[in-house]
Amino acid sequence: MVQNIIDVRNLSKSFDISSKKPGFKGTIKHFFRRQTKSLKVIKDITFEIKEGEIVGFLGANGAGKTTILKMLCGLIYPSEGSILVSGYLPFRRKEKFLKNITLIMGQKQQLIWDLPPIESFYLNASIYDLDKFEAKKRIKKLSEMLEIDEELFIPVRKLSLGQRMKSELLAALIHEPNILFLDEPTLGLDINAQRNLRKFLQRYNRETNATICLTSHYMKDITSLCKRVICVHEGAISYDGKLDQLLKKLSPVKEILIVCRSEEDAIKLENSGFTVKNKIKNEITIKIENNSITSSLKTILNNFDIEDLFINEPPIDEVIGKVLIKKNYDI
Amino acid sequence: MNFRKYLKVYKKFLHTSLASELEYKTNILVDLITAILSLVGSIFLLSIFFQNDGYIGGWKFEQALIIQAIYTILNGITNTWFNPNLTEIVKHIREGTLDFVLLKPIDSQFFISLKKINPSGFLEIMLGFLLLFFCIRINQINLNISFMTLSSITISCSICILYSLWFFISTTTIWFVKTWNAIEVLRSFLYIGRFPLNSFSFSLRIFFSVFIPIAFITTIPSEVFLGLSVLWKILLEVVVAAVFLITSRKFWLFAIKFYSSASS
Repeated sequence: MVQNIIDVRNLSKSFDISSKKPGFKGTIKHFFRRQTKSLKVIKDITFEIKEGEIVGFLGANGAGKTTILKMLCGLIYPSEGSILVSGYLPFRRKEKFLKNITLIMGQKQQLIWDLPPIESFYLNASIYDLDKFEAKKRIKKLSEMLEIDEELFIPVRKLSLGQRMKSELLAALIHEPNILFLDEPTLGLDINAQRNLRKFLQRYNRETNATICLTSHYMKDITSLCKRVICVHEGAISYDGKLDQLLKKLSPVKEILIVCRSEEDAIKLENSGFTVKNKIKNEITIKIENNSITSSLKTILNNFDIEDLFINEPPIDEVIGKVLIKKNYDI
Repeated sequence: MNFRKYLKVYKKFLHTSLASELEYKTNILVDLITAILSLVGSIFLLSIFFQNDGYIGGWKFEQALIIQAIYTILNGITNTWFNPNLTEIVKHIREGTLDFVLLKPIDSQFFISLKKINPSGFLEIMLGFLLLFFCIRINQINLNISFMTLSSITISCSICILYSLWFFISTTTIWFVKTWNAIEVLRSFLYIGRFPLNSFSFSLRIFFSVFIPIAFITTIPSEVFLGLSVLWKILLEVVVAAVFLITSRKFWLFAIKFYSSASS
C-alpha cells in the first residue's frame, strides 16, 4: 500500500494585514497609527498526499495556494492545525527533512547572477554535503535529462529565461529530493520551454517516484502532469479529487461539428432530435452528452451522408475558470 | 555542527563571491582607490584636530593614530564581510529569496552572514595593519606575548560587537522591511570610533559605552596597545561581546519565526 507522505489536518493560517486609505491624509494616518487586522488566509483545510503523486493546486490569485506550499515546506508557521511531511513537522526545518525536499519558484531565483550556473551547482552540492565526484555525476545526469550543456558555463545573466529555469531546476534537484514543491515553475516561459519542463518533471517523477506539489496558472501544466487537483477558493478547499472527474462534471457535453454532403442532409439532421447549437449551409454543430457520445455518433454515421466531423472539447481554461470562482464542488 | 562541511561551504562562498566580484574589474579598482583616499582623508582630519596643543582627551596624535588604525581594520572587515552580506538580508526579505536560504540544510545565520565577500575591503584591512605597525614603531610598543594575547582578544571582541550590532539591525528587517536608514545611522556612529572616548563629554561617553558600545570597539583595544588598559575594562569588553553575540543569535532565531515570505 502506498504511504501518505504529506498529511495535513485542520490547517489554518492568519496574517496581520495593514490597510491604508488613499490620499495624503491617509498616508499620514497610516504612518502614525497603522491599522492592522488579522486575516485568515487559510481556513481549516485537510488533505493527504501519497508518495509518488503529482498534485496540482488550483486557485485564483490570492486564493492561498502559495501559502499552503510554503507551510508544507516549512517556511511559514501554521496558526492552527497540524502538518506532517515525510514524518517531520516542516516548520522545525530539521536537516534530514530539508535534504528530502526542494522548493522551486518560477518568479524567484537562487542562482548566482554573475557566474555560470555550474558554480551555483557546486556551491549547493557542498551545502548538501556531496563530494565532488558525486556532485559531478548528478550534474551530468540532470543536465542530460534537462538537455542543457554549454549553458552550464555561461553567466546566468546572459541566459534566456528558459535556460535559466532549467538551471534553477538542476540547482534545486542536485540533492535528489523526494518531495518537490513547485510554485508556478513555467511562469513566463515560451511554449517549447514549458513543454520541455513538463516532460522533464514527468520523467523525474517516473524515475525517482518523487512526490510533486505544483501550482500553476497554465492549465496545460496541470492537465499534462496532474491526475489529482486540489482547488483552493478563498483559503478553503473547494474540490479535492481526480482532474478528469472534475472536468466531466464541469463540462458534461461535447460540441460536434458535422459537415454533411448536402444542405438537405444538414436539414434532416437538424430535425432529428439532437440539440443544435447552430447551422450554416451544410455545416451543423450539435451538443452531445459525454456518456452517450459513442451511440449518438454511430446513429449519425449510419443514417446521414457525412463528409467530415470534428469533436470539440470546451477550452480547459474556461472549464477550470468556473472552479476558481465557486466555493464548493461535490462530485 | 559539522565543521568540515562548514569549512567546505565557506571555501565555496569565498570562491564564488571573489569570482563574482572579479567579473567587474573597474568596480574593484574604484573601490581600492576609495579605500586609500578614505584613509588619507581620515589621517588628515585627525591631524587638524591635533594642531592646536597636540592633545585631545589626554591622547597624543601618535597615540590617536592607533585608534585610527584599529578603526581602519574594523571598517575594512565591515566592508569585506558585514556590508555586502548583511545589507543583502534586506534584499532577501523584501524579495522573498530568504526562502532559499531557510530551506538549505545549513545554519541560516552562517549562510547570510558569510556568503558574500567584497575583496576591495581587504586593502583597507591591510592598510589598517600597516598603519598599526607604524604606530607600534613610533609609540615604541613592546611586542610581548601578553600584549599580543590581549590585543587579539580585544580586537576579536570588537569584531563580535560590530557584527552583532550590524546583524541585529538587519534582522529587524523581518518586521520593518526597510532598514537602510538604521544601518546608515550605525555607520555614522562608527565614524565616532575614530576618536578617543575621553575626547567626548561625560554624557556622550556614557551613551557610546552603554547604549551603542562604539567605545568598546576601538578605544579599549587602543588602550591595550598603549599599555593604558585595565583588566576590568578588558573583561567588560569580553562580557559585552559575548552578550551581544548570544543576543543577536537568539534574536535571529526568534525573528525568523515571524518571516512571512514575500507574496508571489
